[in-house]
Amino acid sequence: MSLTDLLSILPQTLLQGLLLGFVYAMVALGYTMVYGVLGLINFAHSEIFMIGAVAGLEVFRYLGKSGNPFVILLLAFVVAAVVSGIVAMLIERLAYRPLRRRGGKNVLVPLITAIGVSFLLQDLVRAIEALWHNEFNMQYPSYDSFNYDIFSAIGSPLGLILARTGLIVIVVSIVMLLALNYLVNRTKLGKAIRAVAQDMSTAGLMGINADTIISRTFLIGGALAGIAGVLFGLIYTNITPYSGFQPGIKAFTAAVLGGIGNIPGAVVGGLVLGELETLGGTYLGFLTRGNFGSEYAQVLAFLILILILLFRPQGLFGQNVSEKV
Amino acid sequence: MKEAQANIVVPVLAVLVSLWALVAPFSALANFLLLVALGLTAYLKPSQMVRALTLAGLAVVFTVLIRESTDDKWAFYGLVGTLLSAMLLRIPAALKILIGIAILFISIPLAGFGNSLFLELGVQVAIFSALALGLNVVVGQAGLLDLGFAAFFAIGAYSWAIFGSGQANNFIAGHHFPLNPWLFFLFLPIAVVAAAFTGVLIGLPALRLRGDYLAIVTLGLGEVVRVLANNLDHPINLTNGPQGITPVGRPPVGWLINLLNGLGVDKLYGKPLDESIAYQLFFYLLALVIIAIVIMVNVRLSGSRFGRAWVAIREDEIAAKAMGIPLLPTKLLAFATGASFSGIMGAIYGAKQSFVDPTSFTLNQSIFILAMVILGGMGNIGGAVVGAAAVTLLNLDILKNFSDQLNTWRQTGFTLLGYNFANLPSQLEPAKYERFVFGLILILMMIFRPEGLIPEQRHKVEMEEARLETKEEGA
Repeated sequence: MSLTDLLSILPQTLLQGLLLGFVYAMVALGYTMVYGVLGLINFAHSEIFMIGAVAGLEVFRYLGKSGNPFVILLLAFVVAAVVSGIVAMLIERLAYRPLRRRGGKNVLVPLITAIGVSFLLQDLVRAIEALWHNEFNMQYPSYDSFNYDIFSAIGSPLGLILARTGLIVIVVSIVMLLALNYLVNRTKLGKAIRAVAQDMSTAGLMGINADTIISRTFLIGGALAGIAGVLFGLIYTNITPYSGFQPGIKAFTAAVLGGIGNIPGAVVGGLVLGELETLGGTYLGFLTRGNFGSEYAQVLAFLILILILLFRPQGLFGQNVSEKV
Repeated sequence: MKEAQANIVVPVLAVLVSLWALVAPFSALANFLLLVALGLTAYLKPSQMVRALTLAGLAVVFTVLIRESTDDKWAFYGLVGTLLSAMLLRIPAALKILIGIAILFISIPLAGFGNSLFLELGVQVAIFSALALGLNVVVGQAGLLDLGFAAFFAIGAYSWAIFGSGQANNFIAGHHFPLNPWLFFLFLPIAVVAAAFTGVLIGLPALRLRGDYLAIVTLGLGEVVRVLANNLDHPINLTNGPQGITPVGRPPVGWLINLLNGLGVDKLYGKPLDESIAYQLFFYLLALVIIAIVIMVNVRLSGSRFGRAWVAIREDEIAAKAMGIPLLPTKLLAFATGASFSGIMGAIYGAKQSFVDPTSFTLNQSIFILAMVILGGMGNIGGAVVGAAAVTLLNLDILKNFSDQLNTWRQTGFTLLGYNFANLPSQLEPAKYERFVFGLILILMMIFRPEGLIPEQRHKVEMEEARLETKEEGA
């Protein structure tokens, strides 16, 4: 490929990166919110995301052939958000809360539990799908009205192609991010979440029930991840019980990149990471003369993560907190 | 139960059940009761001598049973259980060594001659015990959560696989490879050094980070190693990519066959020893030697200045620093020690399988090893070995048997409680659900017994203190 060819596909690559970035941003918010209130890397969040994708798919499986696909998609969003939110809440209630009750300073205990939950959920979903449909490799359906290029009628600038699903991804993500922003900054619940994140015991003295707020935080983060799961399914179509892991780890990287615990930071981190990954996938082969191709794009996220943690562990927007004795 | 009562109950029970099992060698119930007797020997508190003699007796009974019926899994689990009980419980030292040697060098090879699966399981348990001991240094003793531990196993495996096969001809001119298979023994220390070096290399950036970040970064670096192994078939063909490297050379075992045939072991085997059983036996014995060395190094290290420094860092990093412990070098040493245990077993694993490919070094494998350490008890050497034995047998044998049983039921249309197993979907393969099992082990252990089955003394005290504190707060 020549340089001009590569430049001509640049706008399209950036657009694809943007779509991916929005999905990462929505998942990253869950990581960052839970880290904010509990100081825990919720490893199982990537599975909550996957469960959202699977729940949305089940809606398509049962209603797919009847009625307007856009109505069904709306329903899929709702079901995915509800299912993922409830699963996230249940995880907190059953696995993390008993640990909190017992106390103890060891940070490894909740983290190992989270890893356990993540592994357990992957195979649980696989078992459920195997029992239910006798298969666990799933395909999102494809509709002509979804794949319709919105630029085709008006003539596209820069040769861009954007399917309606792409537009849906952008619109839904922006709406959800604005809604979250409102929730966290303008409502009483949001204020309580921020208070618990700042200081759990003092928030308790102010009459805030920390357990309830933590539970709600998981619900909100889970619902966002569920919707992100459906969006991911729309872009990539192929879903397995194990497809949460890679996007999950990248979304976590995005959260760290933006400064973990920082909500706008997670969004920016997600967008940056989505762009970097897509650009890497397209141009890595060219830049290294074919020696290291797009298969290394997934390693990129880890390398970025390591570099940030080494040189700016508080992330792009986070504040530097020194450890107190 | 008082010691005097236990002194009577335990041996009498063991003798009665043994007699029944020997009279009816194929009775699953009798075999199961034998395991119960073994459990009671460990759980009740008879005097040291009674316990030791009961264990010795049980070992003999299990050996006889396994010789009588060669696919008696219960008897094999009993042997492993007896071995671990003898090693971990307080019994006279001379008897401890005697029982250990008898089971490891007589009973298990005897079982293996009847059914080579048992030797295979023995090798696997030994390999994973070394991995668990390695991770135990890092996670249990130094308190550094490493989620990419399989990477070091990979380094060890590939270091021999590349040079012990024709693979190295791809990037080193002149047809020097595969190397003489005897050089395998030289590559064992090389694998140790290579893995330890990689440990330092990975540790240098990663170990500056806080606990939970360290976990994610090591997970990432573990993935990087796997992706490299998967893709370094170009521009230079270093690892042969996803196809893996095969055949990997193994040292000749003609001498072992001649030696054992000369000693009359072939009579126990029923025919002259062939190469495949000789290799099984060879790798089993080699793994035992390495495990012995690893345990010795581990015991000596954990009592040394470094071992105590690791514990200090685990308990309170800032306090440890204030006491003058150099954080990074001490942590790096823990990383390198753990990695070297893993590296040497990697080389053995590669030679044993004669095949190395990236699928053996996934995140799954790392979590698998972590589950062993957590189950056994973080920081405890005996615990790591028990955890490794339990999780390996569970994963390689029990789950697979369960899967086979389900398949049989599915084919024969067996009905249980009104459910016909012929309707069971074919995609439901319990043997493939190891993630579910590891996940469940991790969660349940963390919630109900975070100090592990066999807790380290210090952990035990801590957990008790934490419990008392919460009780006081509650009151």
